[in-house]
Amino acid sequence: MSNAFSSSLEFIFPFKIEKRPSDSKLMSYLSPLIAILFTLISGAFLFLSLGVDPSTALYTFFIMPLTDVYGWTELGIKVAPLLLCATGLTLCFKAKIWNIGAEGQFIMGALGGGAMALQFLESDSSWVLIPILIAGMLSGLAWAGLAALLKTHFKANEILTTIMLNYIALNALLYFVHGPLKDPNGFNFPQSALFSDSSLLPLLSADYRLNISLLFGLFALVVIWALMSRSWIGYQINVLGEDSAAARYAGFKEKTLTWFALLTCGALAGLAGVSEVTGPVGQLIPHVSPGYGYAAIIVVFLGRMQPVGILLASMLLALTYMGGEMVQMEMTLPKSLTGLFQGMLLFFLLATDLLISYRIIRIKKSNVPSDNAITVSQG
Amino acid sequence: MNRLSLQGIWKQYPGCIANQDIHIDVPQGQIHALLGENGAGKSTLMKIIYGVVKPDAGSFFWEGEEKTVSGPAQARELGIGMVFQHFSLFETLTVAENISLSLPKDQCKDMTALSQRIREVSTHYGMSLDPERYVHTLSVGEQQRVEIVRCLLQNIKLLILDEPTSVLTPQEVSSLFLTLKKLAAEGCSILFISHKLDEVTEICDAATILRNGQVTGTCNPQNVTSTEIARMMVGSDTPLTENYKKAEGNNIVLSIKDLSFKSEDPFSSPIQNLSLDVKSGEIIGIAGVAGNGQDELMRLLSGEELADENTVRILDIDMSQLNPSKRRELGFAFVPEERLGRGAVPDMSLADNTLLTANHRGMIDKGWINFNAVKSYGQNIIDKYNVKCSGLNAQAKSLSGGNLQKFILGREIEQNPKLLICSHPTWGVDIGAAILIRHALIELRDQGAAIVVVSEDIDELYQISDRICAICQGELSPIENTGDVNIETLGQWMAGQFVDSEVLEVGSQNV
Repeated sequence: MSNAFSSSLEFIFPFKIEKRPSDSKLMSYLSPLIAILFTLISGAFLFLSLGVDPSTALYTFFIMPLTDVYGWTELGIKVAPLLLCATGLTLCFKAKIWNIGAEGQFIMGALGGGAMALQFLESDSSWVLIPILIAGMLSGLAWAGLAALLKTHFKANEILTTIMLNYIALNALLYFVHGPLKDPNGFNFPQSALFSDSSLLPLLSADYRLNISLLFGLFALVVIWALMSRSWIGYQINVLGEDSAAARYAGFKEKTLTWFALLTCGALAGLAGVSEVTGPVGQLIPHVSPGYGYAAIIVVFLGRMQPVGILLASMLLALTYMGGEMVQMEMTLPKSLTGLFQGMLLFFLLATDLLISYRIIRIKKSNVPSDNAITVSQG
Repeated sequence: MNRLSLQGIWKQYPGCIANQDIHIDVPQGQIHALLGENGAGKSTLMKIIYGVVKPDAGSFFWEGEEKTVSGPAQARELGIGMVFQHFSLFETLTVAENISLSLPKDQCKDMTALSQRIREVSTHYGMSLDPERYVHTLSVGEQQRVEIVRCLLQNIKLLILDEPTSVLTPQEVSSLFLTLKKLAAEGCSILFISHKLDEVTEICDAATILRNGQVTGTCNPQNVTSTEIARMMVGSDTPLTENYKKAEGNNIVLSIKDLSFKSEDPFSSPIQNLSLDVKSGEIIGIAGVAGNGQDELMRLLSGEELADENTVRILDIDMSQLNPSKRRELGFAFVPEERLGRGAVPDMSLADNTLLTANHRGMIDKGWINFNAVKSYGQNIIDKYNVKCSGLNAQAKSLSGGNLQKFILGREIEQNPKLLICSHPTWGVDIGAAILIRHALIELRDQGAAIVVVSEDIDELYQISDRICAICQGELSPIENTGDVNIETLGQWMAGQFVDSEVLEVGSQNV
């Protein structure tokens, strides 16, 4: 840090970041809204640079998908897996267990549940859904269990292990759809046979694709909310995340709580995965997830780990998937805009969350930095 | 002319008035004490002077001129320096680097010159300090010197010290006082916040006493007794003198036998072959200089660390392998040294913090929390132990140290423990709260509980312990009735000389 450099920076940008005396509650709710606003503004510039009219493009991306009932039901299809993954992740994040592995748990749920569904190709009993869903949940649970074992037994950092397990899960799925579970009559396409109708989740309305997985998601949201706010185990998870020294002092079993949070999250993500393949997809394919497990992380933080917030955030993230498809169809723009918008959301959210504990103030003429202050030049 | 004069300062927070019509005058070169219990409004007033908090009303006169201090930076420009109770130093940087961070940029271009100035200033004021040493290698007292020197390098006219002696050894305290006297003699005014009345009478020229946000008196500490000052601090309805009858224990509740322990943490001190019996109806005081195994012993007793089998028994049940909540079911309770971040979760409400350890008392019903039970238990603590807070929904971190300690102690005592372990029960706590806490401990003893108190406050240990001992480098001294141990002996024990004196005795007998 050279002084000449920092003073010139102060001259150009005469602000510094100072710690607030206490965290701003208002800002913790405003921060997601500011992040969304910045995302929209940056999105507008992005469209401009692609040579399209920003207002048309933003309309196509964010509004047009929801202009009819069909659009809303399609939104529901995407909200369901996001909700299931996000509620499970909330449990982990509350305990400060940074599980990035919902994506892998989702994929394993799809693979395990899908493999079970392939055992019932000839069946027309509606009971077969139960073993299929259970197989999916157990597969996701087992995958999260690996991370829990590595964390509690070998003290391996769960951020690294869960990310790595995501890639293993994806490759396991690819192996099975290219190999053992490939449809023998499928002209060598890397996909399984279509599941029997009885293995598919019941639709909420015969006219649309929306199925009961949305109810699973809403139910999980209510259950996890009740668990976290009213139950003894939820309380212990909160304490563990807030203050692990107090949790040890009180005698809470850190390992048990870690297992509980990770396994519950794995089961919920697994349920999301199996619901996807027994819902809108209807068979095993190489790409069962458009990144729901990752998007759910954004949902949790954007939704402030609060039930209503998570519901709204999952709708917004679901909309980014539909918006990407819509601009591709309507304006022949790349569908990968979905990922860009999700990334910008997270990026701006992380940036604006700084304002919960810090505030930006103008640097006075004086050169003396104040206590607790990070001058811009140092940061 | 007064260097600093505050006129009619008001500051209101939601739910409480922190400062109410405060007047203070500090002339040049005066050492002025600011006294008051926790929550009396001292910290708020300091923050107002240092520009961290804006007052709602009132005027601030600096050397006769009215000013508004908009922030710490401006306060420092005026010549106000503050040493907080908790230091803000970077442990991985050297002394000089730490000091350079807070100086105007043009002053720290030349680090050799800065080191030279640090040496000069620190020697001049009798605080030897090596600018090249890393802060993590310094003792707490030396770290405080860094903070003070940091202020002194900036043409200081008013130095504010927030409870500067609470972390110092007696030797460090007397050398600090020499420094302060020298500073005052050179014309620097000093605002000195403290709980310890004997210190105030020793060095202060004037004192302002606060209670419940109001000035309840001013005096010259040289002319009044500590008791008179204490009376102004706590008000007229709290008894000041404490004389507790010593008690004799009955049956053994806690039995520690040949306990040895070595933690994986290389900085912790090992426990060596420690044995101790604690009986019901008695308080055992363990004295010792910090870092001699007290913390490790506490963790082994609480179950946060596990000891070897059969080394720790409660009522003849081996609890050495049990986790803390199992031990609580057997009648164990524990007040840890760290109130925030162990004894209580800082960001959680008092209601939630009630649940932390009192949960086995009918607050959990089939895995769900019974909020009514939590509330009535928590409200009872607040009422009975006179915890000043805005209610059960107040965050633990919003309470002053003394009030939080009353809450934690109340939470543990109300569980009717058979064995209570208490670590530094009144550390940094004001007189009123300290009296209440000691009184509660004695009452619990008289109800038949066994109590172990670990403290660095020797007066307190003499006051409340029935038997007393000391810990040094993980070894326990002999345990004697408090009346039979004079302070010299205890001092030798604290220095680890109990082994030597025994050897000497044996040696002399042989001769």
